[in-house]
Amino acid sequence: MNLIILIAILVVAILIYRRYRDESLLGMIFKVAIKALSNNKARSLLSMLGIIIGVAAVIVMMSIGQGSKESVRKNISQMGTNIIMIRPGADRRGGVRQDPSSMQTLKQEDYEAILNECRYVMYTSPEVTTSGQAIYGSNNYNTSAYGESLEYMDIKQWEIEDGTCFTEQDVQTAAKVCLIGKTLVDNLFPDGQSPVGKTIRFRSTPVRIVGVLKSKGYNSFGMDQDNLIIMPYTTVMKRLLAQTFFSTINVSSLTEETTDQTIEELTEVLRRTHKLKDNAEDDFTIHSQAEMMETMSSTMDSITIILVVAAAFSLLVAGIGIMNIMLVSVTERTKEIGLRMSVGARSIDISLQFLIESILISITGGLLGVLLGYGISALATAVFHLPTSVPFWSVILSFVVCTIIGIVFGYIPAQKAARLDPIEAIRYE
Amino acid sequence: MSEDNRKVVIELKDVCRDFKVGDEVVHALRGVSFKIYEGEFVTIQGTSGSGKSTLLNQIGCLDTPTSGEYYLDGVSVRKMGSNQRAKLRNRKIGFIFQNYNLLAKTTAVENVELPLMYNAKVKPKERRQRAIKALIEVGLGDRLEHKSNQMSGGQMQRVAIARALVNDPTIILADEATGNLDTRTSFEMLVLFQKLYNEGHTIIFVTHNPEIAQYSSRNIFLRDGQVQADTINHNILNAEEALAKLPKKD
Repeated sequence: MNLIILIAILVVAILIYRRYRDESLLGMIFKVAIKALSNNKARSLLSMLGIIIGVAAVIVMMSIGQGSKESVRKNISQMGTNIIMIRPGADRRGGVRQDPSSMQTLKQEDYEAILNECRYVMYTSPEVTTSGQAIYGSNNYNTSAYGESLEYMDIKQWEIEDGTCFTEQDVQTAAKVCLIGKTLVDNLFPDGQSPVGKTIRFRSTPVRIVGVLKSKGYNSFGMDQDNLIIMPYTTVMKRLLAQTFFSTINVSSLTEETTDQTIEELTEVLRRTHKLKDNAEDDFTIHSQAEMMETMSSTMDSITIILVVAAAFSLLVAGIGIMNIMLVSVTERTKEIGLRMSVGARSIDISLQFLIESILISITGGLLGVLLGYGISALATAVFHLPTSVPFWSVILSFVVCTIIGIVFGYIPAQKAARLDPIEAIRYE
Repeated sequence: MSEDNRKVVIELKDVCRDFKVGDEVVHALRGVSFKIYEGEFVTIQGTSGSGKSTLLNQIGCLDTPTSGEYYLDGVSVRKMGSNQRAKLRNRKIGFIFQNYNLLAKTTAVENVELPLMYNAKVKPKERRQRAIKALIEVGLGDRLEHKSNQMSGGQMQRVAIARALVNDPTIILADEATGNLDTRTSFEMLVLFQKLYNEGHTIIFVTHNPEIAQYSSRNIFLRDGQVQADTINHNILNAEEALAKLPKKD
């Protein structure tokens, strides 16, 4: 789509040029510059090469940066919608180790309070996790068990592929039932039989499988999202761990917009149930998915910036290359400059001619670089499965930068040409 | 017609031009004064070092005098800036050089159009028409689209002459315009110059070849930066006749 816009702009530019090339002095100078460049195609191309590579590098870096950002965003929102996570303990900063008792602040009362009092909360699920070996027959696999409530399925947008979910009754009775992910199915039941109804052993407790979760694949951190067991949180707390506190409470906000209100409300309710004094610090931490996304984005942004800056340096070098070629060109064409001056070209006409030539080199190089960048990005996606997306503003930016390079690095050669003495220039051999 | 009734196109009044070479001052022109009238065919002769190149640069508005006054078509050039002089060169002077100085890989028409390109008043259509007209005038009507590297020396010099004519200049300034050409082609050029002279163009021809002087209407001799002699040639030879007498090329 962007490419089409780009080509359209180009066609319009060419049409405008064709319409006006003979009309004005500038058009004439443009024509002369194009001629000068096409008279020396190999050299023009060589001097463009730096710009082409530089711009292509910038475009590719930006497209990979943008692409990764978009894919991370997609992955995070795939993990669930408007998720807000409540963890025990104050915000951990600077690696300070905290009192173990502070990690046990989230209790059943909190869960109930949230259920009863929070208006902005759509779904709530307390979470208790543990990990260990899941065994079925002679197969075993290391996995994590998530103790959750039923609403967890909605928060994380899990779907059941086979069987059913556990029931409210199962939660209340701490029934030894579970849902398992695709990875576990593959590893514990390699012969393809349906796992529903089978009983596996997890941390030496027998648990009956009631359903199989639909695969979510790997997330952008490279974590297998399908290697898990979901059980009623009561089961994990009472039967497996014998503990009375949660490791997390997952909550989903009504909409993405109400995230901030939800967090406020949660904070208020939890402080009340925890009986915290006004000046006391929170003994829990609330993170939202939006926040996580922002952190991820800003990390990706800084990586992208570093890459782009590195690529931009190659543009600087390319600019110096153009200046070099232009200086040689001025010396070579001293006689032509002398002639032009003697038939009435002013200094400004000459300097404009060389300036436009160098701008033309850098913009043409920029254009080819953009196309090359698009090509490489497409190739990176096709061959290496890298997520890429060329941001359109980066194309515009490339052109602006190229024009600036053309002006900046064409200036010195243009001045050199304009300052020539026509008497000496015309006799130059 | 008495001399005073003719229009003065060039007037030099005690023009001096000094150059600094290291610590020394070289006096290239030491007080040159003369008037050139409209329609004259003047040769300026002199040995190398006589100051004729410097004089040519003065007349061609490429340089300004150290002292003295130079009026081109009634306008004082001495205090002009480089941009004003560029405009003056563009409108009033047609240069012809010894080595043609055509643009490489460029057609005859485009070469001739060049001076008009620096004159915004001339529209593209008119530019091309005038270029074609000038090329026809110098006898190259059949080579409009030939590129400069596809032409002989004589043809290239004709293009250069057409380029000098195209802006309808006050003076045509030729610098050894036949210096690179063989005798026969040189005479062909002289025929062309005489034709232009007969049409009323003012021509200043700088040369060190005394033979050429015989075909012009007035001869100025320069020596050590001063005018040594300035004579009217009452017996202008006909270049066409001289050309006919030359042995034919085979």
